[in-house]
Amino acid sequence: MAIAERPAETVSLPRVNVRPGWAGWLSTTDHKRIGIMYLVSAFVFFLIGGIEALLMRIQLGTPDNTFLTPDVYNQMFTMHGTTMIFLGLMPLNVGLGNYMVPLMIGARDMAFPRLNALSIWLFIFGGLMLYVSFFVGGAPNVGWFAYAPLTQKQFSPTAGVDYWIVGIGLTGVASIAGALNFIVTILNMRAPGMTLNRMPLFVWMQLIVAFILIFAFPVLTVATIQLLFDRHFGTRFFLPNLGGDAVLWQHLFWFFGHPEVYILILPTMGIISEVLPTFSRKPIFGYAFVAYSGVAIGFLGFLVWAHHMFAVGLGPLANAFFGAASFLIAVPTGVKIFNWLATMWQGSLNLTTSMLYAISFIGMFVIGGISGITLASPPINVQQTDSYYVVAHMHYVLFGGAIQGIFAGIFYWFPKMTGRMLDERLGKWQFWLMLISFNLTFFPMHLSGNAGMPRRIYTYEADMGWGLWNLISTIGSLLLAVAFLIFLWNVLTSLRRGPIAPADPWDGATLEWAVSSPPPVYNFAVTPRVRSRRPLWDEKYPHLVNGSHEAPTARPRSPLHDGFEREIPAVMEPIHLPSPTYAPLIVSVGITILGFGIIYLGDFGLIAASAMLVGLLIMAAGIFSWVRISHIDSPHHAHHGV
Amino acid sequence: MSESSMTRPRAAAVHHTSLGVDNRKLGVWAFIGSETLFFATLITTYFVFAPVNRMRPDFQDPRKFLDIELTTVLASILLASSLTMVLALSAIKRGDRRWFTTWLLATVGLGLAFIGGQAYEFNHLYHEGLTLSSSLFGTTFFVLTGFHGTHVAIGVIWLLSVFFKVRAYPDSPENPMDVEIAGLYWHFVDLVWVAIFVLVYLI
Repeated sequence: MAIAERPAETVSLPRVNVRPGWAGWLSTTDHKRIGIMYLVSAFVFFLIGGIEALLMRIQLGTPDNTFLTPDVYNQMFTMHGTTMIFLGLMPLNVGLGNYMVPLMIGARDMAFPRLNALSIWLFIFGGLMLYVSFFVGGAPNVGWFAYAPLTQKQFSPTAGVDYWIVGIGLTGVASIAGALNFIVTILNMRAPGMTLNRMPLFVWMQLIVAFILIFAFPVLTVATIQLLFDRHFGTRFFLPNLGGDAVLWQHLFWFFGHPEVYILILPTMGIISEVLPTFSRKPIFGYAFVAYSGVAIGFLGFLVWAHHMFAVGLGPLANAFFGAASFLIAVPTGVKIFNWLATMWQGSLNLTTSMLYAISFIGMFVIGGISGITLASPPINVQQTDSYYVVAHMHYVLFGGAIQGIFAGIFYWFPKMTGRMLDERLGKWQFWLMLISFNLTFFPMHLSGNAGMPRRIYTYEADMGWGLWNLISTIGSLLLAVAFLIFLWNVLTSLRRGPIAPADPWDGATLEWAVSSPPPVYNFAVTPRVRSRRPLWDEKYPHLVNGSHEAPTARPRSPLHDGFEREIPAVMEPIHLPSPTYAPLIVSVGITILGFGIIYLGDFGLIAASAMLVGLLIMAAGIFSWVRISHIDSPHHAHHGV
Repeated sequence: MSESSMTRPRAAAVHHTSLGVDNRKLGVWAFIGSETLFFATLITTYFVFAPVNRMRPDFQDPRKFLDIELTTVLASILLASSLTMVLALSAIKRGDRRWFTTWLLATVGLGLAFIGGQAYEFNHLYHEGLTLSSSLFGTTFFVLTGFHGTHVAIGVIWLLSVFFKVRAYPDSPENPMDVEIAGLYWHFVDLVWVAIFVLVYLI
């Protein structure tokens, strides 16, 4: 049935050189394994971020509560925001992309497999470094946006902010390296016939996000470097008393921070653009509009950063410009929403868990989008800024939107990644519980926000009248936790006992469904040829290709049974896969030690400098082995045996 | 709809990419795009604070501190290194190992001379009283030019690693591309210096 089991009559299948057990994971360069490492580590961080949120909700459940001290509460909301954005949502999207993008474009791996391994290690170490701060004097407690001058040494004397800077820096390097990898992979490694306008929309969105990322992250990097210099080396970038400019931090941070929102949401828009057509049994409506609306969103995303700063007092002209530009983003976003609705219109809907999440994405995202429109208007914004209304808005977009989209993707692709089906009954329980408890948690925040409740307060007095809404939110958040436990249970049991997944369980249209579940290490025994946006549907339903609407006479035997594989001539180059190597891991360890040195360079010069030296030496050793393996591994070398 | 499938010659298939550009070259171009934003942010910061510096009691005048003659020499050194870099690439493409070695080491030498000159300049300025904390000018100037110098140093290490790789594997067909992408980065760093030289030193 599965393509992978084809007899090796046309090509010599590669000898797969995978180390067993843990060593195989530590030394892997396989995009699928790296994708799984991203998903698992990001999910762990996500659960930790969720626990932080629960602690906050317990504290806020009743007025005048003393469950958390104010300082711990500050650490909680800082770490919750930082974790969910940098260590949760972003890498969950990257994980799905890492696994699926090469499969969807008909490639055997990412363009730079070793760089890919470097990204996952730097991400994991960066995340761990952020969490080390809890044990060495306290986590950062200045908000995920780290506004100046609160972040300066005299106001934040612990090393928390330094760990934040370096931890974010490491994950930032990982993200930029990952984005470069996505850009080159998507632009350069498409199978023959896979033109840009035939790429699956998930791939389109990953490409756009990669471009946003390489232009947005360097700005954050510079801002955090300047902050580090302020804290340790006597500069005054963000120190107003010495002529520095606290508002400059806000500009730099949000120049990164707003595009970051689209880095989080666009991949999930890509996911549901795959899920909705599959389970509506119709092609996506207005493919080009969905793709190029994504481009428009990515572009406009760089022109709206100051809508996070309406309360700063930038003046009416700036506020009007940034307000108008923000409204403008609603246009391509609305285009997408109508395209998704039109995709489902008159389709034969198959309401799997994945589909339910995709539909729910649209609904919740629209609510978040509408509250976003109100916030984009400067006069309204000045009323609502820093209130719980903003918290409600952003969670409708990032939880109701991004997280639900990611769940749509996980339920959709889990069979492909693991070879097992998730339990649909548990999945639907999880979905309905999550949808209800999500709204229970976050909808009341609109009301408490409009009743004047500010964000980031650790408690409130009973006579403020916010008690009821907060109690409902807290109950909702506890139910949300149950929904996540159901998911965890579902994953753990399905991995062992779930039904074996066929290659193409959902009757999909894109190339990842052409290979076995899970795919072989080399993905495709023979590089596929692509003639349309839906290569698999063309193969399975050839009578529909030319617009005929007759029903298929019989279900096709198996995906791609005949089709584009057979016609490939037998003369093919041997499949070449990158060898496993520890070099990226070694380089990441070196960079991480270097990072620890940087944190303490200002306070313990000599020890820190020696640590930095050790880090650099480890890095050098890693790079040396990297260059060696990349030479031995190069296709020329493999073919000709230099 | 159905185009006939063609047999691709084996040699071409090895190098095949969708855009016809080498993967690593495309990657370095994208990386340079990212780096552009990095330096643009540092340069913007410099210009945001330049007028504020003038209004401050601890004002330090860039014109009084910066030595145009020294930095003109440094700029010429770096520009010359771009020329030697081009010559090194052309030599390796011809397969001329001897001239490749000469021109690449010349590039490395010029890069080191630039770093040495910058170290001299920083030391000189420090003794004149310009430090990271002496004024807004010191803050922005040292961080901007310091990060450029760091990039030059990384470039020197990159070039040296290419040099040793070519020495270790003289027959690898990837050598010209290794040199070319290191060169792309080198020219970019050079170009950033042209921007800094004009914007910070000249005007």
